[in-house]
Amino acid sequence: MGMGTESEVAVPLPRYRLQSNLRPVMWLAIAAAGIAVVSLVRIWTGADNLDSSGAIQAAITAAVPIALAGLSGLWSERAGVVNIGIEGMMILGTFGAGYAGYQWGPWAGVFFGVVCGLLGGLLHALVTVTVGVDHIISGVAINILAPGLALYLSRLVFTDAPGGGQRQSPPVADVGRITLPLISDWLGEIEAKGWFFVSDLAGIVRGFCTNLSLLSVLAAVLIALSGWVLWRTRLGLRLRSVGEAPYAAESLGVNVYWYKYIAVMISGGLAGLAGAFLVVGLKFQDGQTGGRGFIGLAAMIFGNWRPGGMAMGAGLFGYTDGVQQYDSSGSAMHAFLILVAITLIVVAILQYRAGHPVVAAVAAVIAALCLWWFSATDELPQQLVKAAPYAITLLVMALASQNLRMPKADGLIYRKGGS
Amino acid sequence: MTGSRGRRILLGAAAPVGALVFSLLITSLLLIATGHSPFEAFGAMASAFERVRVILGTINQTAVFYLSAVAVAIGFKMNLFNIGVDGQYRLAAMMSAVVAGAAFMDSLPSFLRIAITLLVAMVVGASWAGVAALLKVTRGVSEVISTIMLNAIATFLIAYLLTPQMLAVLEGNNISTPKITEGGQLPVFQFEGSTTPLYSGVFLAVIVGVIYALVLSRTVFGFSLKATGMSETAAIASGISVKKMIVSAMLLSGAVAGLVGMPELLNGSAASYSLNFPTGIGFTGIAIALLGRNHPVGMIFSALLWAALDSSANALQGVGVPRELVTIMQGVIVLSVVVAYEFVRRYRLVLEARDVARALAARNPQEATL
Amino acid sequence: MSSDAKPPDLVMPPPEDVPMAVQLTGITKRFPGVVANSDINIAVRRGTVHALVGENGAGKSTLMKTLYGMHQPEEGTIRVDGAEVSFNSPAQAIAVGIGMVHQHFMLADNLTVWENIVLGSEPTSGGRLDVRQARARIDELGRRYGLMVDSGALVEVLGVGARQRVEILKVLYRGAKILILDEPTAVLVPQEVDELFGNLRELKAEGLTIIFISHKLDEVRSIADDITVIRRGTTVGTADPRSVTNRQLAEMMVGSALPVPELRESTVTERVVLQLAGVSVAGSVVGGRDVLSDIGLAIHAGEVLGIAGVEGNGQAELVDAIMGIRPIAGGSIELAGKDIGHLSTSARRESGVGFIPEDRQRQGLILEGSLWENRILGHQTRRPSARGFLLDRAAAKADTQRIVETFDVRTPGIEVTAASLSGGNQQKLIVGREMSEDPVLLIASHPTRGVDVGAQAAIWEHLRMARAVGLAVLLISADLEELIGMSDRLTVILRGRLTGAYDPRTVTTEQLGAAMTGAGDEHVGEVA
Repeated sequence: MGMGTESEVAVPLPRYRLQSNLRPVMWLAIAAAGIAVVSLVRIWTGADNLDSSGAIQAAITAAVPIALAGLSGLWSERAGVVNIGIEGMMILGTFGAGYAGYQWGPWAGVFFGVVCGLLGGLLHALVTVTVGVDHIISGVAINILAPGLALYLSRLVFTDAPGGGQRQSPPVADVGRITLPLISDWLGEIEAKGWFFVSDLAGIVRGFCTNLSLLSVLAAVLIALSGWVLWRTRLGLRLRSVGEAPYAAESLGVNVYWYKYIAVMISGGLAGLAGAFLVVGLKFQDGQTGGRGFIGLAAMIFGNWRPGGMAMGAGLFGYTDGVQQYDSSGSAMHAFLILVAITLIVVAILQYRAGHPVVAAVAAVIAALCLWWFSATDELPQQLVKAAPYAITLLVMALASQNLRMPKADGLIYRKGGS
Repeated sequence: MTGSRGRRILLGAAAPVGALVFSLLITSLLLIATGHSPFEAFGAMASAFERVRVILGTINQTAVFYLSAVAVAIGFKMNLFNIGVDGQYRLAAMMSAVVAGAAFMDSLPSFLRIAITLLVAMVVGASWAGVAALLKVTRGVSEVISTIMLNAIATFLIAYLLTPQMLAVLEGNNISTPKITEGGQLPVFQFEGSTTPLYSGVFLAVIVGVIYALVLSRTVFGFSLKATGMSETAAIASGISVKKMIVSAMLLSGAVAGLVGMPELLNGSAASYSLNFPTGIGFTGIAIALLGRNHPVGMIFSALLWAALDSSANALQGVGVPRELVTIMQGVIVLSVVVAYEFVRRYRLVLEARDVARALAARNPQEATL
Repeated sequence: MSSDAKPPDLVMPPPEDVPMAVQLTGITKRFPGVVANSDINIAVRRGTVHALVGENGAGKSTLMKTLYGMHQPEEGTIRVDGAEVSFNSPAQAIAVGIGMVHQHFMLADNLTVWENIVLGSEPTSGGRLDVRQARARIDELGRRYGLMVDSGALVEVLGVGARQRVEILKVLYRGAKILILDEPTAVLVPQEVDELFGNLRELKAEGLTIIFISHKLDEVRSIADDITVIRRGTTVGTADPRSVTNRQLAEMMVGSALPVPELRESTVTERVVLQLAGVSVAGSVVGGRDVLSDIGLAIHAGEVLGIAGVEGNGQAELVDAIMGIRPIAGGSIELAGKDIGHLSTSARRESGVGFIPEDRQRQGLILEGSLWENRILGHQTRRPSARGFLLDRAAAKADTQRIVETFDVRTPGIEVTAASLSGGNQQKLIVGREMSEDPVLLIASHPTRGVDVGAQAAIWEHLRMARAVGLAVLLISADLEELIGMSDRLTVILRGRLTGAYDPRTVTTEQLGAAMTGAGDEHVGEVA
């Protein structure tokens, strides 16, 4: 069973679809409204790091690996293969990047990281597509195997390397970073003024054009490219059809196995890239992935299996992760509670109008709890903030489950000639 | 009568044995590729068991792993992936440790203290699993994702609660829950030549295993559980409430998961919960349940194998091989055993179809059905 | 089974110089343990509708999969337009002009109509999908053949008839000249069937050849130009639709004189066992009506009430409502005077309701379970299968043995899996199980569908015997002869309502058929 072949019998899902085809103008308006709200909260609470350029940079750095992991999951699941093993493939990527990175430079590290992740994807594909084992079991097995393999090799290879150790590699140089010269400074001045809306906007934009890693740019390009390939090209249509109705595709002469393999290997490569991102500019360390593979899956679900939505989810989760580390005062995360509450109130209103009063009530109650928590404390305990991405994902799945549409044949064990 | 009983057992054992052999092969290749001798490595691992301490430790670990595997297996029987055993057992261990070490427990008789501790552990484990169950039956949320999320949340929740301001105490440099005093723990069995005793928690595992086996094969509930796992539509038509089954299965799975930490808590020398408490047992349980095919006896063997591998890992250091070799072995075993099971399953279907057709044709030559 | 009946006068198609569109000669296809097709010979003329009829399990679908390239035959040749061909995949069959419209639609709900149609043969321009060209071509095909559908819509919003049009467009888009339609009318309501046949006639007029697989003999005779009959994996002959009768066709399909379903003397008593009043089941159906409205009926002990109807008019929902699988929105259901409308399925079964479900493999059995485990299924709260909360395995096994013997279930033993039994034996097991423990009411939904003739006769006999000792039966079937022969009273379900009350001794299949399609008298009310 697992994720794909869900029990429709236990819970008859209501047929409701969120209007996801809003015109671009609407998106701009929503974004502007969002910034305005954030700005108000910032001014009221005095939490400057809520959207300062430094915080945004930290958020981006935290979001990229999550986004790449989410993209990895997206490619695989769009072809109908559940990939729980993203975490393991990321770990393989970190090892590959560490191994090649300290010897031959960061881009060699990136390349090797991708290759190692891709090999993990190949294994997953072999076991799930060719043999026909349950996807989740294969993913769990890879998550057991990969860290062991990485640490085993690390002890052998890195221990005697200069600057390395049993569980870590020597340092790996960073890839190039971009800072738009004049604009960055100019925006910095505006940001420092602390004006409503304008300063926030300046801060956010500055965060995107200061010290931006080339890998972050690459990630953004890959996300956009994925959307284009999957929805506008022949390969993409066939790949998606394999995840929606593989037997239909088979009957039309599409080689289902082939497209599943492509998808899962791309998935592995992206996971490897995510791992490489963590290593570049730092080093390989045992345990550095920290569950990001699973947060990536969460981002994918949050984004309804679409690259744009997934990126937003990754951005959100990266924000909570990055800002919490960056902002030593803790005021930003505290103020974040208000933003969560406001969002939940909006969700409650939307759900009520869509005819789901119970869900709306639950959302409203949680919003009230968030507000109460904000007022009752000065600061959020650090450990609980770390749980934010997971709690948010649970919340989204619980409150918005009827809008979520995973590929119909996700998790289905496909056999050629079956049906 | 499709194939003799002997043939069935043989086929059933073929996969795990084959997987073990394959795993040995792969790890041998890895060892050779990285400049070690397989004989030396495996020899060192085997020699670890010359010490009584290691044997007893292995048995203790087997019990713990077995409990985890049973918890996972209950879910598997219903086609549910309770990946959340990991979070459930840790949260349950911590909360029951807090209760067990609380001041008011001192005045209670020993058996009551133990009973309360076990009860708290099962309730906490069941409740944490219950969250995922609730989300599944009311909102259709996949238990795979929700339990993964709950695992992470449990980790951070424990980190938050395990501070001196909350539920923990500071003793020297260690932060842990209050120690369980004399009378709150279960007895252990000391053996000569071993600093490690045999945990009485092993009997807990045996009891749970027996109950699991009996419930599954002899009770109406067990029948309904298996039926729902095999065909949801048939279960509904037969009057089984699928939602109730999902919730029951998850709650039971969580309750057993809660017991996973009990041998360590009630027998171990730490007598408290700290961040040193064993982690990752939930995932081990998944592997063991897979290896043992959710079978009450099969899982004993796979738990034993796993624990033995773990125990022998330390000995590898002596021959210069990283102990992660064992982890690699375990990962390869899991992968190869599920692959092998798939092949065996297909082969069995073909055999059975052929057998039945043959048997029927033999009886009624003109009645051979299409 | 020996072949006694002589096939009716064979009317061979007149010899022509134009090669056959499709000619299958000596086709044989084997699977492990089973010969699915053996020595098949079919000749399909160009520009005709050629019907392929046969019982369930006769091998029709397997044969068509061979023709469509989904697998290869062990022996025999395939000729298309006179040239010998051999297919390794559907792509090759498509290239030669063969297109298959499957019985179970092969559509991706989350993709649009045009995406579904062009998949595998997508038009591209500069690396991108050429959406405009695709949609233009599809719309043009739709206009030409009268298959109207919105090419930009998501398939999931389409109704059944529209989905079928998409399936047909799929094959036409690829330039199919020979269409294979596998049981196309199984899921259509009568109005949609007429539309489909109109489309088929237009396609024929354009010179396309159509191979039409069906077991609905009335439809076959109305649309086909030629008929080939398959029985037990081999072709047994051809027939002329203009002169052959349903009965002759059925006898060719079965190979012997058909058993006649019939009741003997009346055993109807005064005691009402099942009573429905004003029952309605909510749910949206095309047209905005409820799935079931204002259903009222009463069945007495010793009586069989038959409900006739085209699939999709609410029979399945009625059965679900009585069994408690589906909640009712209004009305009452009483069993022997006791209101059971709020009871769970389990409680209703315990009150003495037996259930032979429509889909035995999904609802009636656990295929991977043993026969004795399947005996327990549905009865796991009572003796002999259980005592309290413990299972009584020995008693269950013993009772399974009894059922196997009494109901003549052909099996090597009771430990084999249910999957290894044939359809007829599976059904006999289910009937035996549901009639154990002396139920007072039996819901029999298509009890002999897909079952070989021997098992069919046996099941009818057991129903007769149980009825004689007071069992009340609700019989739902698509087999009009079965309904007429086995019922004490008949009614028809149409668009969620029960219409008409018919006496099986006097009603004709034509009358019933008309009522089922709504052409007859619409009399709405309680069938008491």
